[in-house]
Amino acid sequence: MQPDEYPKLYRYRRLVQAKLFIDQHFTEKINLNAIADEAYFSKYHFIRLFKTSYGYTPHQYLIRLRIEKARLLLSRPTLRIEDVSYAVGFESLYSFSLLFKKQIGQTPTQFRQHSLDRTRRLRLEPRAFIPSCLSSSGYVHDED
Amino acid sequence: MINRLSHTCIYVLDQDSAYDFYVNKLGLTVNTDAPMGPDARWLTVSPKDQPDLEITLMPIRSGMMFTDETAEQMRSLVQQGAFSAGVFNTTDIFATYEELKAKGVVFSKAPKVEFYGTEAIFKDDSGNWFSLSQTS
Repeated sequence: MQPDEYPKLYRYRRLVQAKLFIDQHFTEKINLNAIADEAYFSKYHFIRLFKTSYGYTPHQYLIRLRIEKARLLLSRPTLRIEDVSYAVGFESLYSFSLLFKKQIGQTPTQFRQHSLDRTRRLRLEPRAFIPSCLSSSGYVHDED
Repeated sequence: MINRLSHTCIYVLDQDSAYDFYVNKLGLTVNTDAPMGPDARWLTVSPKDQPDLEITLMPIRSGMMFTDETAEQMRSLVQQGAFSAGVFNTTDIFATYEELKAKGVVFSKAPKVEFYGTEAIFKDDSGNWFSLSQTS
């Protein structure tokens, strides 16, 4: 990197540290303005830089992380949907359900049912999910 | 006419460690993570913007595809870095490079402008090589 690019590198490092903070604390109550301050960005500069680098505003990114984590937790049948909502950082089950449906295209209940059905079918009929070229390494035993 | 690629396979030394690398470090999304009997696990991940491309993280073990001997050879080859596994694209290579480095990913080449785009090179936790690329 050329010496005139050092400020750019420094800016990237601050931006990345802010993103990593969100990655590590997304299940907690996060103040995105405080993160911008911490990274020495103005709020609007932070939002603009973040969106340019990651394709989402910090708030959109935070919601995506929470929904993605919820997707994984919902595949565990023992957790109540309300508990999943709180576990990933939402304070309201209503907003969780609304945002989940917007991002995934199904309500949390529908997604859980679909996910459990899929896991059950995967065990019973692995050939419906695993291509033959990948199944010959021992996952799917041909009994024909 | 072939239209799309839906599944691809990366041979890994350990699925737990690969999960940590591909999901927690690279930031890929888990597509399927399901036990397949007492000793096998079907684990696929997808890039954020390609949810329908399943990258199978396949453990190298003797079975129908590998004998004990070829499994051992394969493990050794992967560990030695004999395989290039693919190219990951990013919209901001410098930010992604800094982020992955901060998460402990080891790069053998920092982002460099090439005639086909800006590229960096890293290895996964097993030894497979990848390019990280930004083409525009």
